[in-house]
Order: sequence, then C-alpha cells, then structure tokens
Amino acid sequence: MFILREMISFLPPLLEGAWITIMVSVVAYVLALAVGLMFGLARLSQFWPVRWAAAAYVQFFRGTPLLLQLFFIYYVLPYGGIVLTPFASGVMGLTINYSAYMAEVFRSGIQAIPRGQWVAARSLGMSRRLLMRRIILPQAIRIVIPALGNFFVSIFKDSALVSVITMRDLMFSGELLASATFKHFEIFTMVAVIYFVISYPMAKLMEYVEARLDTSRSRFGGKPA
Amino acid sequence: MEVEISAPSGPPILKFEGVSKSYGPLKVLRDVTLEIRTGEVVCIIGPSGAGKSTLLACVNHLESIDAGTIYFEGQPVYRYLRNGRVVSDPERRIEQIRAEIGMVFQSFNLFPHLTALGNIIEAPIHVRREPPKAARERGLALLGKVGLSDKTDAYPHQLSGGQQQRVAIARALAMQPKLMLFDEATSALDPELVGEVLRVMRELAGEGMTMVVVTHEMDFARDVADRVVFMADGMVVEEGLPEILFSKPGNPRTRQFLQTVLNRNGRSEAQN
Ligand SMILES: Nc1ncnc2c1ncn2[C@@H]1O[C@H](COP(=O)(O)OP(=O)(O)O)[C@@H](O)[C@H]1O
Ligand SMILES: [Mg+2]
Repeated sequence: MFILREMISFLPPLLEGAWITIMVSVVAYVLALAVGLMFGLARLSQFWPVRWAAAAYVQFFRGTPLLLQLFFIYYVLPYGGIVLTPFASGVMGLTINYSAYMAEVFRSGIQAIPRGQWVAARSLGMSRRLLMRRIILPQAIRIVIPALGNFFVSIFKDSALVSVITMRDLMFSGELLASATFKHFEIFTMVAVIYFVISYPMAKLMEYVEARLDTSRSRFGGKPA
Repeated sequence: MEVEISAPSGPPILKFEGVSKSYGPLKVLRDVTLEIRTGEVVCIIGPSGAGKSTLLACVNHLESIDAGTIYFEGQPVYRYLRNGRVVSDPERRIEQIRAEIGMVFQSFNLFPHLTALGNIIEAPIHVRREPPKAARERGLALLGKVGLSDKTDAYPHQLSGGQQQRVAIARALAMQPKLMLFDEATSALDPELVGEVLRVMRELAGEGMTMVVVTHEMDFARDVADRVVFMADGMVVEEGLPEILFSKPGNPRTRQFLQTVLNRNGRSEAQN
C-alpha cells in the first residue's frame, strides 16, 4: 500500500513531463510535415541546384544519428552565437531529422501518380505549380497518409532522446526522480506505461485511418465499372 | 499537295513544317509537313509505332521537336528561328496555347479525386479564371451534350469507360478550344462502348470543330474525315480525301496497311 501511495506521488512530475513530450512531438511533427513537403517537392524541381540541395539535405540528415543532431544543435550552435532553449533545440532536431524522412515519403507519393495525370493537366494549360497543387498533391497525400501517420507514433517515442539535452520531458522527469529516490524499477515502469498508454491508441487510430483509406482507395485508378 | 480538294478550307490553324524528332537513336518523326485548316477533321491512321501519338504530343508541346517548325494560327510556336536566332516561347505562352487546344487520351486520364463536373470545371476556373458559377453552368450543359446529365456528381471510378471518355471530351471542350486532338480515344474501350464515344465525336465534327483524330476506326475516318493522313515510320506517307485514300491508295505501304486493318476488322466482326 505504501508503494502505491509512493507511486501516486511520482505521478504529477511524470505527467508534467508527459505533457512536454506531447508538446515537443506535436510541434516537431507539424513542422516536419511542412519542411518535409517542401524538400519532397524540391527533390522533384526542374532546377538541378534545388534538386541537388534537397537531395543533400535528405541524405545527410538521414545518414547521421538523431542524437548527434541534437548535440550539435544544443552544444555546438552556441559557439556560432546561436543559443536555443532545450525545447527549441529538441523541436529543431526532431524536425530536421523527421523532415528528411518525410521528404522521401512525399517524393515517392508524388511519383506514384500516373504520368497520364500530369499529361492531362498540362494539356489543359495548367502551370506546374497549379497542377501540383490541384491535381497531383491531393492524390499523393491520400497515398502517403498511412506512412505519415506512423511517423507520429515514432516521433513521439524518439522524442525521449531530447532528455539528453536537458529538456524536462517524460524521460528526463523519470531520470530525475529515479536518481533522487533510487526507485528505478517503479519509476521507469511508470514511464514505460505512460509512453505506452499514449502511443498505443495512436497506433490503433493509424490502423483505423489506414483501413478507411484502403476502402476509399478503390476510387483511384480502379478499373472502370 | 492537294490541300485545295479538301472541303472546308478556312485559314490554317496548325502547320508542321519539316518537323523531326528522335528519342535517342530512334527517329520518331521524319521531316513531317502537315497543315490543318480551321473547321477541318483530319484523321491520322497508321501502324503502331508510326509516331502518331508523338505527333499529337508535339502539337501542344507535351513533347519537344528537334528540327522544323510548328505554327499555331500562323505564328511559329514553342521553339523557332527568328532573324537567324533560336527563340523559345516562355512557359506562360506555351500554357496559353495548350489551353486553346483540347486533348483526349486513349486512357481517359480523368482526375480521380474530382467528380465528373469537377473534372470539367477545374481548368476553366483555375486556368481561365472563369467565375465558378458560370463555369458550373457551362459544365452542366457540356455534361448534357455528352449525354451524362445524371452523372454530374459521380467519381470517375463509378463510370464506365465510355462514360469516362465522354467526360474527358467534355473536360477538353470546357476550355472552348480552337482545336481538338484525339489520340485513339476509343482503343481502350470494350467494343460495345465504342459507339457512344464515336457518336459524340461525330456530333462535334458536325458542329464544325477542328479535329485531328488518331484512330483505328476506319469507318469513322471514311465517314467523318475531310482528309486522311497515313503515317508510317515517322513519316507522312500519303494523305488525301478519305474516299480516294481508302479505295485507291497510291502508296503500296498504305495499301498493305489498309488490307491488314480491314481484314482484321472483318474477321472480328465475323466473330461477334
Ligand atoms: N518517351 C519515349 N521514349 C522513347 N521512345 C518512345 C517514347 N515515346 C514513344 N517512343 C517510341 O517512339 C515510336 C513512336 O511512338 P508513338 O508516337 O507512340 O507511335 P504510335 O502512336 O503511332 O503508335 C515508338 O517506337 C515508341 O516506342
Ligand atoms: Mg499511339
């Protein structure tokens, strides 16, 4: 009984940490979507320098560890006069890292649209911009929604890494409590349970969305009735 | 050149002059010279691989050419020589020309995320910047014209091939084009659906639309075309009035092609 009461007393700081974790994940996810779309489009630009720069971005940030990227932002950028809060550093690191992966997802979604769609749109006099916005992206986004949804679950879990740059997220709060109380088992079990309680319903939600999209997928490229 | 014998003889709207194009080592168009006059219906026939689709794609610069000049409404377009210098039209100008030229594809290429009406009004609203209300009204009228008034809100996957192709024709017409290109518009259709699409095309021809039609439907070419062009190996082998070209082809290649096609058609009709 004493243990239970003790665990309940751990809960408030952990939930505070969980809130930070959620905030970091959501902000980084939304930013990564925008940045990822931008680089995904840039990868398909008609201008080779743009294409090349986007490819370099994608390759570089997928090819180096997220943890190292976080260290660079938090510990190295200050030497260049750029000092960011732990929160901003964490968001920036996750955004950069995830946008590199998302860029590839957007690119492959766009390239999955049949050539006939481009040809038809261009033959109607649409500019590249217009046909991208009105014809290609609406179809491509439906294709990549499941993949992008799964990224949210994984950004949520990867956000635990931001604890190493002293952000008081769920992970960091757990570490603090544990080193103060030496109740490693109880505290890290609680941390795990909180991560799971949040991520599991999200994963289920993604499965549901995916299933829904699959049934409406027949809308696209299906054989004529 | 026996241009004067073709019935409608408005001003030339489209002209190919010595046009050549290669894909790598493969010569797809060889020194093609061809003129289309306003109001004319020209059918292009020829074996697969002759370069017919490529020729149509060059008309609205979906493909570029390596040599020669294309004229639209008397003006050289896309890429041409002026005062001894090569001039390239800006993207804007190319898009404007494309907006004037309707194109219908073998595979329909409707936009699957838009309804029938949505497909039709998309370009008028976003390319021509027509008020949505006016575009909708004209779109509805066009759906009526192609016999699909009851399919306004249907998505492409809910339509048969023949219905999809009629929507595609309406989509092209919604831009009020000066010229319509058809690339084997009925080749992907089940035999029983070919008629409804050809009917719409005939009607369009009857209204005086200028049309360039790549087709294997020899009956359509014979009845509707003002002029038939036979292409093979990237060349215009022979052109002329349909009654003449079909009954007394001057070139042995034309004769051979017509024989195989008409035989094949005869056989499949016998089977049906
Ligand atoms: N994008 C391309 N790249 C390479 N070769 C092509 C391409 N498009 C067409 N071809 C080739 O060009 C030739 C003419 O093709 P096409 O114009 O489609 O002929 P048709 O429509 O008369 O059947 C064919 O040999 C075809 O394989
Ligand atoms: Mg073809």
